[in-house]
Amino acid sequence: MSGQADARQTSARVDITDVVCPVTFVKTKVALEELEDGEVLEVRLNGGEPIQNVPRSLKDEGHKVTNVSQLDDGTFLLTVVKGGLL
Amino acid sequence: MAFTNEQLERYSRHIILKEVGVKGQKHIMEGRVLIIGAGGLGAPAAMYLAAAGVGTIGIADADAVDLSNLQRQIIHASSDVGKPKVQSARETMNAMNPDAQVVTYREWINAANITDIINDKNYDFIIDGTDNFPVKFLINDACVMLKKPFSHAGIIRFQGQLLTYIPGKGPCYRCVFHNPPPPDAVPTCRQAGVLGVMGGVIGTLQATEALKFLLGMEGLLNGYLLTYNALTMDFRKVKLAPAHSCQVCGPEPSITTLIDYEQAVCDLREYHNN
Repeated sequence: MSGQADARQTSARVDITDVVCPVTFVKTKVALEELEDGEVLEVRLNGGEPIQNVPRSLKDEGHKVTNVSQLDDGTFLLTVVKGGLL
Repeated sequence: MAFTNEQLERYSRHIILKEVGVKGQKHIMEGRVLIIGAGGLGAPAAMYLAAAGVGTIGIADADAVDLSNLQRQIIHASSDVGKPKVQSARETMNAMNPDAQVVTYREWINAANITDIINDKNYDFIIDGTDNFPVKFLINDACVMLKKPFSHAGIIRFQGQLLTYIPGKGPCYRCVFHNPPPPDAVPTCRQAGVLGVMGGVIGTLQATEALKFLLGMEGLLNGYLLTYNALTMDFRKVKLAPAHSCQVCGPEPSITTLIDYEQAVCDLREYHNN
């Protein structure tokens, strides 16, 4: 999946590898709150439940996940465009 | 206002709701709700609002906890008998959530003090958790005059009802019920009895109205009367017609000052005993 959103600069980063569901999504929402629509948030999260649930919850609330990549330590990086599906 | 990690966890089930989110939880935490009556209706309403994180909760009641209250007024414990209800309520609320600023008014509400109490913290929403008609009409008239939204409710035996008044958005309590019944014409729940859970069901619905109002949501009970019959398990939502000639909220109101109606004799006796 590639689009112009991928080219945008990341506005903020949040690491949710230190918390468990549902605080994972809560911390992501708090981070998104600081941004304007169209700005990009990078989320670092664990595999398993977080990677299964957080992207889906983001989508439900109208945010667009434009990229998912796995890091060497097994964690994942999400690129999210705030309000990208609205 | 930034959330602490503890608050993020405490309110996580709210924040993950699309309709609440971070902004909504902030609105709840900046919200100010006044609960009149720390009894059957006020107890569950106060507990849920404190748990939800409502920042300022006023609670008005002059009574002390009585053993006969404990069958339904779940904010008070056996060890609280004899204690002022507002003090017992505050202790329970702060034990649940130290974030809540609980403001206590150990007074009977009347025409002389209601305006000052509502204005004390410029409350956003008022919950009528009282048990008698004179004060119910007084709360309505004061809220209409001060342009404050409020939730009316009443419970008796196996019946409960509630409606919400929002200024300019539907009828007030007096549009529907006009005037208090004559003293002693209608039994109070002291005389008639009430199933303990009725306060839980209806008081919790009042707390729901307060939270939805603080969140700026639509779909409240303004313009409707919701009734609950626990004998048949029927909820009925009755649409109310706006009364264009209401004595207090109509275009030419005949009631422009607050009125202390006469209490039923048995209530008066209790009033003076406390």
